Amino acid sequence: MDWGNIFGNAVGELISPTTAAYALAAIGLGIHFGYTGLLNFGQAAFLLIGAYGFAIPTLAGAPLVVAVLCAILCSVIFAFILGIPTLRLRADYLAIVTIAAAEVVRYVVTTTGLTDFTGAANGLSGFKGTFAAINPIPDGTYGFGPFTYSSYDWWVRIVGWVIVILASVLVFLLMRSPWGRVVKGIREDEDAVRSLGKNVYSYKMQSLVLGGVLGSVAGIIFILPRAVQPANYTTGLTFFIWTIMLLGGAATIFGPIIGSMIFWVVLSLTQGILYGAIESGALGFLSTTQAGQVRFILVGVALMLLVIFRPQGIFGNKKELSFSV
Amino acid sequence: MSNLPASTAPASGIPTAHPLVKGEVGPGCAKVDPIVIADSVTRQFGGLKAVDVDHLEIPRGKITALIGPNGAGKTTMFNLLTGFDKPNTGTWEFDGKSLAGVPAFKVARSGMVRTFQLTKSLGRLSVLQNMLLGATDQKGEKLFASLFRPLWKKQEEENTARADDLLARFKLDAKREDYAASLSGGQRKLLEMARALMSKPQLIMLDEPMAGVNPALTQSLLGHIKNLKEDGTSVLFVEHDMHMVMHISDWVVVMAEGRVVAEGPPETVMKDPAVIDAYLGAHHDTDLGELMEDGPNPVLEAERKAHEAHPEAEATGYGDTPPAAGVEETKR
Ligand SMILES: Nc1ncnc2c1ncn2[C@@H]1O[C@H](COP(=O)(O)OP(=O)(O)O)[C@@H](O)[C@H]1O
Ligand SMILES: [Mg+2]
Repeated sequence: MDWGNIFGNAVGELISPTTAAYALAAIGLGIHFGYTGLLNFGQAAFLLIGAYGFAIPTLAGAPLVVAVLCAILCSVIFAFILGIPTLRLRADYLAIVTIAAAEVVRYVVTTTGLTDFTGAANGLSGFKGTFAAINPIPDGTYGFGPFTYSSYDWWVRIVGWVIVILASVLVFLLMRSPWGRVVKGIREDEDAVRSLGKNVYSYKMQSLVLGGVLGSVAGIIFILPRAVQPANYTTGLTFFIWTIMLLGGAATIFGPIIGSMIFWVVLSLTQGILYGAIESGALGFLSTTQAGQVRFILVGVALMLLVIFRPQGIFGNKKELSFSV
Repeated sequence: MSNLPASTAPASGIPTAHPLVKGEVGPGCAKVDPIVIADSVTRQFGGLKAVDVDHLEIPRGKITALIGPNGAGKTTMFNLLTGFDKPNTGTWEFDGKSLAGVPAFKVARSGMVRTFQLTKSLGRLSVLQNMLLGATDQKGEKLFASLFRPLWKKQEEENTARADDLLARFKLDAKREDYAASLSGGQRKLLEMARALMSKPQLIMLDEPMAGVNPALTQSLLGHIKNLKEDGTSVLFVEHDMHMVMHISDWVVVMAEGRVVAEGPPETVMKDPAVIDAYLGAHHDTDLGELMEDGPNPVLEAERKAHEAHPEAEATGYGDTPPAAGVEETKR
């Protein structure tokens, strides 16, 4: 087994754009669930909308800023569509509607009737030009050891992580403010907050929109190193984001970032080790395809262990969680 | 108008005039200066008419007790007046403005703030944060302003000072930084009341504020409620402890089976046959003969007996008949 390679790939995941995208999506979900108590089981849809909302206008010739704004606008509209009918109702209604809506949008972009716009099952590619064009890093490869990347790859990483940090600062500022106090109050008991004269519906909507916008930007970062593939946006994606958020701690600032790093490093390590073991014959009964699936079984087991033994996540406050009603 | 009307009450029988009242004293009587006026408010749960109030006026600047056996519709009436539940029929106004159909948060903003019979403390917020949430017109509660602390820092400091002051008055200052979830039941009641006061309401509606609060603290709470009146706040409260009702209220409204069956000053309302009826209905287990005797006060006696028979009832706050407690659990 080539341990150097296995560890090299794993540490590379620490700063990969995918890790950044998942972290950002988990930050958005943290606003929804961790701080406001909204059960959003359709975060994958916000990533999808970000991806297509960016790629379609870009392929149609729109400049970068317009494409990004389009993605954000689409996610705001989507959040309103989800929120207007459900946020006045009990919390579980939002859960059902988000999970269904996420599947609906995925089927919509996959339909062959829309092939000209969405590429149907093949997805979209060739939309990186506008983003690459503003890359200030001269061509070439930079870095050392496992962190050796091309100019474009560095550009994606830098932009991705800067956005993640900005989003974390945003969440920090919001949650130390009276605004954050109101949404946390809503998480605890929305009738109590209502009785104190706060427009609970409006705050829930603001939270849904905000977390959704972060999800859609995460969707853009996610596709910058790859193509848009509708198959990526299943409920599985939503549950990975939930895993990451719970792993780090749902109502924490650094939780989503560290959670995402751990998630991807562990996935990469297990893949490397399993494939290595299969090649060397130690696990001859497994095929590499099966090994890929075993990794996700491990994710499920890890999530279960996490919820049982450390429900507050890595950064969460044990005391805070132990009071959950 | 501010003196207690005790002198106008004859030693026996029910007075027909009172300085708070315009016209004759009786269920649904008009007040000289009402802050709340409700008309034909009804609320039906399936076949049960939980609230069926033809007319009710709450006097301004006074302490009004709303009493009645469990299931009389007191909490439902609170929910309706404050926009937490929708009536089948009815209109009501607060301070001259119609509030029918107005959402709960706007009712609270207009100056009518309520607490809940089943306390709603925000468990995973600190006691201080709970208090600060009660303050109104906070600049930092707007999404964009919240990002810039200088815009709301000063207001936050003022609110914190007010909150600390109230916490000290309610003997919760030592718990300031603790999670509200770590408070005892009685302390949560206190916190909820203090939090409601953060908004400086014109009318505060307390649903069983003393339930579960220890007797020593009850005394000082009574003092706070009286002080509220001095500050010009009107108080409407639901309470099962008749001694407290007698002690602090200026006016008593009695509900039974959804209707207002009697009204009057505390000294005399308990002698109203309709009240005795209402309470007897709730105390099947009480010796009727004894109650009907010319005791000092049949209702007080009934209450006392109920508490003796079920001492836990006081601690849990479910007033008289424990079987009704299960019902109370099912709603806000
Ligand atoms: N949400 C509800 N659904 C069905 N019945 C209810 C509901 N809320 C209250 N009730 C019924 O309405 C009646 C009045 O209840 P409530 O207002 O809580 O009485 P009180 O506060 O005077 O003890 C009770 O008989 C109760 O069972
Ligand atoms: Mg009640």
